[in-house]
Amino acid sequence: MEITQILFWFLSVLAVFGALMMVTSKNPVYSVLWLIVVFFAISGHYILLNAQFLAIVNIIVYAGAIMVLFLFVIMLMNLNAETEPQKNKWLKIAGVVAGCSLMLVFVAALRQSDELLKAPVSMGGETGLIKTLGKTLFTDYVLPFEISSVLFLSAMVGAVVIGKKGD
Amino acid sequence: MLELFFLQSNPASTVAKAVNDSSNYFPIGIQILFAVGFVAVMMVLTHLLGPKRPTAQKLENFESGIEIHGNARQPMAVKYFLVAILFVLFDVEVIFFYPYAVNFKELGWSGFVAVLMFVGFFLCGFYYIIKKGALTWED
Repeated sequence: MEITQILFWFLSVLAVFGALMMVTSKNPVYSVLWLIVVFFAISGHYILLNAQFLAIVNIIVYAGAIMVLFLFVIMLMNLNAETEPQKNKWLKIAGVVAGCSLMLVFVAALRQSDELLKAPVSMGGETGLIKTLGKTLFTDYVLPFEISSVLFLSAMVGAVVIGKKGD
Repeated sequence: MLELFFLQSNPASTVAKAVNDSSNYFPIGIQILFAVGFVAVMMVLTHLLGPKRPTAQKLENFESGIEIHGNARQPMAVKYFLVAILFVLFDVEVIFFYPYAVNFKELGWSGFVAVLMFVGFFLCGFYYIIKKGALTWED
């Protein structure tokens, strides 16, 4: 086996194992820690795909910032064992139905992958590099880039309006 | 089939290979492996080698010599969450600077204007946050 393939299988196993542990662990703080493992494994996959910008962004934004948010959410809740909310039976059934629907969508999407593999679009190994991405972002996609800043502005206003209820 | 996805092993892309290849990340991988391995080995070794004579006093949580009272699992103030959300937004703003910095000279004035507008929108948001007093800690 090539070293890339060994890395690929190692990272895949790590990601799936981390995701399973995240879902099944009882303590929400452990769930967050396992989620960080999943993020790092996915970043490794990005590097294998030569999408280095995505890998770094995934670590900085998701493992760095979004995880802090998750931890704050966990700390905002009351975590004493006796106040653990009892799960509704109908809620569980709804969760199973929703999960199965998502699975169905994934399987349906994967079934088409054979046709897509027949005509692969190879753009060389430098598609995901920061230089290429920046060139495309600031020439062809300037307008969506500016619109995203409006989106951030609205997110800021929303956070302040919701979080600052007093006045 | 897998070779299709690993673009860096694609023989067509020999140009990029010299400068920016995934194999450049090999030292970083070694470093992460070493860091994690060092921590894990140290923790396991101290657990195995250190003597354990637990007493009730030793097993207490250490709080600078003050006796423990209350519960650590209190719900926190929502103020922390607001600061964290604003941090995430400005963090994402910084992310967009990396591709611009790499292409700074090639993009010229048009890129500069685009980034200036982007930062301008963020400054509007920042002004709003400051004016609303979202970052003042004391109410």
